[in-house]
Amino acid sequence: MLGELGQLALCFALGLSLVMAVSGLLGARAGAPNSALNSELARSIASASTMGMMVFVVLAFGVLLTGFVTSDFSIAVVANNSHTLKPMIYKITGVWGNHEGSMLLWVLVLSLYAGAVAAMGRGGPRLTSAALGVQGLLAVAFILFILFTSNPFLRLDPAPFEGAGLNPLLQDPGLAVHPPMLYAGYVGLSASFSYAAAALIVGEAGWARAARPFMLIAWIALTCGIALGSWWAYYELGWGGFWFWDPVENASLMPWLIATALLHSALATEKSGAFRTWTLLLAIGGFSLSLIGTFLVRSGVLSSVHAFASDPTRGFFIMVLIFCAIGGALGLFAWRAPTLQSGATFDTVSRESALLLNNVFLVGACAAVFVGTLYPLGLDAMTGQKISVGPPYYALTFAPIFLALLLLVPFGPQLGWRRGDHKAAFRALLPALGLGGVAAVAVLAIASPRFLTGALAFAVAGWLIGASVLDFFKRKGARASAFAAALAHAGLGVTLMGVAGTTLWRSEALDVVGPGETMTVGPYTLRFDGVAEVKGPNFQATQAQLALMDGSRVVTVLRPEKRVYPAEGQEVADTAIRTTGMRDLYLALGDDRGNGRWTVRAYVSPLAPFIWLGALVMAAGGFLSLWGRLRLKLATASPAIQPAE
Amino acid sequence: MNAKKRRRLYFAAALVAAGGVLAVAIVYQLGNNVLYFYSPSDIAQKHVEPGVAFRIGGLVEKASVRHGASADVHFVVTDGARSVPVEFAGVLPALFREGQGVVATGALNPTGTFQATEVLAKHDEKYMPPELVAALKRQGRWKEGE
Repeated sequence: MLGELGQLALCFALGLSLVMAVSGLLGARAGAPNSALNSELARSIASASTMGMMVFVVLAFGVLLTGFVTSDFSIAVVANNSHTLKPMIYKITGVWGNHEGSMLLWVLVLSLYAGAVAAMGRGGPRLTSAALGVQGLLAVAFILFILFTSNPFLRLDPAPFEGAGLNPLLQDPGLAVHPPMLYAGYVGLSASFSYAAAALIVGEAGWARAARPFMLIAWIALTCGIALGSWWAYYELGWGGFWFWDPVENASLMPWLIATALLHSALATEKSGAFRTWTLLLAIGGFSLSLIGTFLVRSGVLSSVHAFASDPTRGFFIMVLIFCAIGGALGLFAWRAPTLQSGATFDTVSRESALLLNNVFLVGACAAVFVGTLYPLGLDAMTGQKISVGPPYYALTFAPIFLALLLLVPFGPQLGWRRGDHKAAFRALLPALGLGGVAAVAVLAIASPRFLTGALAFAVAGWLIGASVLDFFKRKGARASAFAAALAHAGLGVTLMGVAGTTLWRSEALDVVGPGETMTVGPYTLRFDGVAEVKGPNFQATQAQLALMDGSRVVTVLRPEKRVYPAEGQEVADTAIRTTGMRDLYLALGDDRGNGRWTVRAYVSPLAPFIWLGALVMAAGGFLSLWGRLRLKLATASPAIQPAE
Repeated sequence: MNAKKRRRLYFAAALVAAGGVLAVAIVYQLGNNVLYFYSPSDIAQKHVEPGVAFRIGGLVEKASVRHGASADVHFVVTDGARSVPVEFAGVLPALFREGQGVVATGALNPTGTFQATEVLAKHDEKYMPPELVAALKRQGRWKEGE
């Protein structure tokens, strides 16, 4: 009964998104005297059908959620991915811990963004209507994809008594929120995409301002989603690394790079009318990369923890979908972009130039990642040769491009629009340069071994953070949102320190230890106190006890585990991490070597928490900007409250 | 040609130059940093030189896993036709099992042992890396639904 209800809701949503697409595009027509009424009618139908579509998708998602929560194993997806003994939180997150459910989540996020576009109506009725039309087309395509290749409501008859459980690697609080967060970013770029396409259809220039809040929300979510994914990989995979240049990680990094470029380019378009066509292209490109990312992750062409067992028709369907969406948008761009007003002029030294450079570097970095990610797939398709591109490639292409970008970041906020003064900017930034120098010298003096790259990284981090502080004081007394850029740029510096600290100065130890024996890693001495069997809600764990010693005093006890999940028949390692905020001590339990002896792997990662702290600071910068935008809108929407100035 | 046009031209030239440098850097680094995927049969056929990094994939031979004196571990990777001994100093992934699929990154040493720097096993019971499936299919060791 439940399954049929979900299926029905999804069919209704499909019908309504068709209505949405047609009426939205019709409503985008200019209201000529005799057709004015029809255009207006079409617009109200588009809005209403958007809301209806959203309600039905929420209903379908709610049905699947209920299926998981109540362990209704007559639904195939629930039976294959859930288990009655699973803790409630993992029953809920199991909804998107599989291909079908995660695609439904994709459509849910798409419909929520469409609903927000309709409710806020930013950029005027024609632009909104066209944007809803494009969102409608996307919704039609993805709901069809779900219904034909990935139906989450297929039934099992007879229903099994017990479910097969969820991949234990996915039974983790960090991973519980990672997919929804990442999707809010991925799919959030669809709103910018739809607004860009709408601007091309309608020919209106104000789309960048209209789409700004959606760009910001998508960017914030993407930043948090990537940070969460990397944090999860760090503590769950047990290799001590935070980024592996895995194609799936790259699939989320590429839209982030383009979304970051878009945020900056759209600012110039909005403030001075520069880069009109380029900003449109970025909005199209950002969502296109999200679609390509979805294809890479969901089609099973990659070997990755994200790939669920899959069938080839899905890959083919998504491929066709990508071609239609990207091809259609680029075709529209080629046809309509020349009719848009040409951009405003600006000096060689100006805020616009700085933003342009930002875009050049970000797109260059994205190109490097793109080639590294897709070259192996292309080679395999053409020659059958299986290769992979490892971290050294990215260290030699992505890293220098990004470091060069970071060097230039502080100049941007110091330069005026249209015409800037580079000498004045440089003078204003001298204290930041000093801070960078001090950081480099300090690193060379304190840290051992000495790394020139480490000194360089800390110099750049000091330069970034110093410049942000200067920017902060320069704007003292301004609206809170004026500090958004300073905060986001400071976050980059914090992350850079974390990345440099962890990659360059990490120490590791791999030892076989018996009860009472000690091992040392970096400055720490650990005493192995044997293992104990522990029972969890749906797993059996072998838990090691390692006492962190200070002389003969026990400072604390760390307990890395190996868990066996009987329902899934799998074994997963669970690391133990003790952090001081400045340094992580990281333990993973290895193999049983007999006679109570075990392999233990230990890492000391200096500044590791900074990696994710920096991402949080960046996201906070995004929030500040968003808050400023929405407050500004409230203020202009209700002028009666504000006394005239 | 006025000053504005000339500036534009310089700018466009600078962009093209930057793009060119980037393209050359990418192609050059790509050429130096790809890891090929070989099954044990490929290694025998292609005479892979010692010291060249690549990825090896196959099944862990039954009863071949043995631990050394310290934390090192030795096992044999096979694709049915050929097999290669592997040495690894590290913690094996939790899903590492004899008779099951494995992918390792590393290089051959002069004696023909594969010195692994990283060992990956399947992520879950139902999932196999696609390149491994292809390698096993070539040797007729893959059954659908296995």
